[in-house]
Amino acid sequence: MARPFFRRRKSCPFAAADAPAIDYKDVKLLQGFVSERGKIVPSRITAVSAKKQRELSQAIKRARHLGLLPYLVR
Amino acid sequence: MPAYEHVFLARQDLAQAQVEALTEGFGKIVADGGGHVAKTEFWGLRSIAYRIAKNRKAHYVLLGIDAPAPAIAELERQVSLNEDVIRFLTIRVDAIDPEPSPMMKRDRERGDRPERGERPDRGDRTRRERRDESMAMEA
Repeated sequence: MARPFFRRRKSCPFAAADAPAIDYKDVKLLQGFVSERGKIVPSRITAVSAKKQRELSQAIKRARHLGLLPYLVR
Repeated sequence: MPAYEHVFLARQDLAQAQVEALTEGFGKIVADGGGHVAKTEFWGLRSIAYRIAKNRKAHYVLLGIDAPAPAIAELERQVSLNEDVIRFLTIRVDAIDPEPSPMMKRDRERGDRPERGERPDRGDRTRRERRDESMAMEA
């Protein structure tokens, strides 16, 4: 049976056993979760779990404070 | 004693030796308060994502500190008064990670990428005729 609106449920990228730790110092990792404009990408797009998304947003905000990530990109 | 991570940004026009002296001074403040610095990392002169106090770059230093809370309060007070420090962040961590932080690993990862060679000759490409010129002829 065809299910036209079915989309595969993606799993959280931080759920795996070998997943990277969320750390404000890991700029390369955090950069994958901000848009080109520098905004935090919503978890419904990145499939990060709610708990990890809270950790992630905290880490991104810390990195921004230290000038490791931009607050906005013009 | 609780563990802390303290990162500070020193002004870009300081020399490396001055930054080290600064770090040592902060270590002394911690020691006076009954704690000790377990880990020191110099991330070097990095460019900041936006301007902070007219600096485009800054010396980043990370300290892993094991100290009682009053020592950290004193450290933060002194750091905020120091004119050479443009930004700092102290957070409590469960334990100080003895491994180098991702910031230190970064350079090695980049090195394993092969150098990009010269671009191949693209002589066959001819300049496209300017569009507006032909348009002007028609008019």
